[in-house]
Amino acid sequence: MPDAILIKNGHIVDPSQGIDEVGDILIEDGKITEVRSQKSEVRHKEKESLRTIDAAGLYIFPGLVDMHVHLREPGFEYKETIKTGTMAAVKGGITSVCCMPNTNPVNDNKTVTEFILRKTYAEGSCYVYPIGAITKGQKGEELAEMTMMHEAGCVAFSDDGRPVTSSLIMRRALEYSRVLNVPIISHCEDMSLSEGGVMNEGRLSAQMGLRGIPYASEDAMVARDIILSELTGGRLHIAHVSTEGSVRLLRQAKERGVKVTAETCPHYFTITEDAVKGYNTNAKVNPPLRTQRDVDAIKEGLRDGTIDVIATDHAPHHRDEKLQEFDKSPSGISGFETALSLCLRLVHEGVLTMSQLVEKITFAPAKILGINAGTLKVDNYADITIVDMNREFKVESENFLSKGKNTPFDGWTLKGMPVITICKGKIYDWRS
Amino acid sequence: MKDLVGIKELSRNEIELILNTASSFKDILKRDIKKVPALRGKTVVNLFFEPSTRTRTSFELAEKRLSTDVLNFSVPTSSVVKGESLFDTIKTIEAYGVDFIVMRHSSSGTPHFIARNVNASVINAGDGINEHPTQALLDAFSIIEKKGSLEGLKIAIVGDILHSRVAKSNIYLLSKFGVNIRLIGPPTLIPDMTDHNVEVFYEMDEGLKDSDVIMMLRIQMERQGRGFFPSTLEYFKNWGLDIRRLKLAKKDAVVMHPGPMNRGIEISSDVADSKQSIILEQVTNGLAVRMAVMYLLSGRSENA
Repeated sequence: MPDAILIKNGHIVDPSQGIDEVGDILIEDGKITEVRSQKSEVRHKEKESLRTIDAAGLYIFPGLVDMHVHLREPGFEYKETIKTGTMAAVKGGITSVCCMPNTNPVNDNKTVTEFILRKTYAEGSCYVYPIGAITKGQKGEELAEMTMMHEAGCVAFSDDGRPVTSSLIMRRALEYSRVLNVPIISHCEDMSLSEGGVMNEGRLSAQMGLRGIPYASEDAMVARDIILSELTGGRLHIAHVSTEGSVRLLRQAKERGVKVTAETCPHYFTITEDAVKGYNTNAKVNPPLRTQRDVDAIKEGLRDGTIDVIATDHAPHHRDEKLQEFDKSPSGISGFETALSLCLRLVHEGVLTMSQLVEKITFAPAKILGINAGTLKVDNYADITIVDMNREFKVESENFLSKGKNTPFDGWTLKGMPVITICKGKIYDWRS
Repeated sequence: MKDLVGIKELSRNEIELILNTASSFKDILKRDIKKVPALRGKTVVNLFFEPSTRTRTSFELAEKRLSTDVLNFSVPTSSVVKGESLFDTIKTIEAYGVDFIVMRHSSSGTPHFIARNVNASVINAGDGINEHPTQALLDAFSIIEKKGSLEGLKIAIVGDILHSRVAKSNIYLLSKFGVNIRLIGPPTLIPDMTDHNVEVFYEMDEGLKDSDVIMMLRIQMERQGRGFFPSTLEYFKNWGLDIRRLKLAKKDAVVMHPGPMNRGIEISSDVADSKQSIILEQVTNGLAVRMAVMYLLSGRSENA
C-alpha cells in the first residue's frame, strides 16, 4: 500500500457522521486523515507515493459490517474457511464480519474463540468478530462461559441455527448478558411447529408435497423473546426476520421501548417461496423464503426503521450437499458476493434512500455490537467500499471466491456493485 | 416427453393419450398370451427406496408384459446403506445403459431431481407426500370404464389428504377434467388445495351426498397419537365408510381404494367387498396404464 491514498470526487455516504455529499478522502499510513466536501480541497503532505483514485460518479461507503455469517471453520473447512470466506466478503465490499458459533467444535468457550481470531490474524482478509454460543454445545441446556468468551473477543451471543427452546434458559441468558451489555441474537423458530418442514407452509408447499414451516413458527418465538427481553432488560437482537408477523411484533415492541433490534437478509426482501419451484435446493434456507406479502412487509419494516440491519446469513455449503434430495439438502445461501448488489436494488426501487441503506449495512450493526467499524471517521483504519451504482454484471456462482456456490441468484443480472474495497491496508480493484 | 414425474406436469391431452393407449393394452391383457414385444431390448430398473409390494409388482409385471429386461433395486441390499449418495447411485445405474428408471422415494421431488440429471426416462412411482401419477391415471381409467367420462362427476376423496400422494395426483388430474372434487376428512389432514377448485367437508355425510365416486384413502397408523386425530375408533366413527354412509352417495356410485386397506378403520368390510367396490379392477387396470406410460415414453409409438 502506498503511504497515502487520495480518493477524489466520490459521493461519500457515511451515516455515522451524517455525511451524504461529493468529496475527497485522504488516507495516510492506513488511516483516514481527512474527509472533505468538494468545497474545500483536501490538503495532504507531500508524499513520495501518493495514489489517487478517481471516484467521480461512484459512491464511497464505510466498509460494510455483516453481523451474521458462517465461516465454517473450525470443523467444516470443506464448505468454507476463514481464508476463503473473508476473501469473498471483501469481494462483496464487506470489511467486518461476525461469524456464528455453529462450528465443530462449537464456539462455546474461549479456546475456540481464540482459534478463530488467530486464524483470522494469519489468513483473514477482513476483520472477524466471533459470536459465541449462548449455551454449551448449542444444546439449549446450560449457559456457555459468556464473560470469558467476551474477554477473548466475542461481541455477541447466539445459538444460531438452533433456537433456545427453553424459555427459562433464554430468560437466564438475557439476564446474564446484562453484565456485559451485549446483544443476545435469537434464531426464532418454534421447533415443534416447524418439525420436518423444509419450506414455507402454504399452498405452494401443499402443491409441491413438501412439509411446511408456518410463519407462526417464527412469530411465536419472536413474541416470546420480546416478552423475555422486556422482563429481563436484556438486549435482544432478532436474526433473519422473514415474516410479516415478526415485523409487526417488532414494531409494537419498539414503540413500547423494548431493547430489541432486528436484521433481515437480502433473500427475504428479494425473492419469495416461488424460487423453490422445481425443488431448487439452492433456494432452501432457514427460515424459509416466504410470500410476496412478507417481502412487502419486510421492505416496509426496513423503510420505517423497524428492521435496523441487513446481514447476509452467508451460509456456504459444498456442491455435493446441495445435489441431494430436497429434504436432505442443508439450508443456506452463499450470500457475500451478491448481498450489496441486492441491497442496492432497494435504492433503485426507491424503498430506501442511499443513506438509510448504508446505515443498515455499516453503522447500525457496528453500534449494536459495540465495535469500532462501519464509519469513515478520521483516525480510523481505512475500511472503505467504493460502489458503482450503474455497473451491471451477471451473477456467476462458479466464479465466487467463496467455496459455497449455493445461490438462488445464479444467472441474475444485477445493477450496482462494489468496484474497489480497501481493507486492512490493501486495495482491491474488482474492475479488472 | 422424457419423464413422468407428476400429473401436475401433464396436459389434459397428454393424459387422454395415456388413457387411450392404456385401453389398447387392456385388450392385450385379456388375451391368452399377454406378452408383447413392444419394448424388447429396453432395460428398466425399479428403484424402490421405500417398501412397496403392490406398486412394485404392478410395475414389474407391466415391464415383463412389454418384454423389457428388468432390474430390481431395493434399499436393504443397495449401496445406499453403505453411505453412497443418491446422485452417485443413479449415475452408476445410468452407466449400465438403462432406458427407464422407475422410482419411489420418501422425499418429495426426488424423481424431478433425478430426471434433470439422467438421460433415461424417469417414472415416478410415488415421491414423499407429493405425487403418485400412475395411480391417478389408473384411477381415472377405472372411473371412465364405469362412468363413460370424468366430465361433471362428483367425486369424494376421503381421509388423510395431507400425507397422501395418491390424493394429490388425483386432485391434479380430476381438476383438469371439470370434476366436482370434494375433500372429506379432519381439518388436521386437509392441506390448502384451494388452487384446484375443491370443496372441503369435515362432515362426511354432507360431503358424500350424491357422489358418483368415493375414493377412500389409507390411514397410516403412525398418524395416530401425533395429534392428527385422537384414535382409530373416533376416526372410523367420523370418516369411515360403512354401508349407511355409502347409501348417501348415488345409487350407482363406485367405491375405490388404492390399497392396502385397513378394514374397520377407514372402510368397513361389507363396503370393501360390495358390488359397488371396484378395488380389484383398479389393480388390473394398473397394469394396462403402466404399460401405456412406458410405451409412450419410449417414443416407439412415434416410430410405429
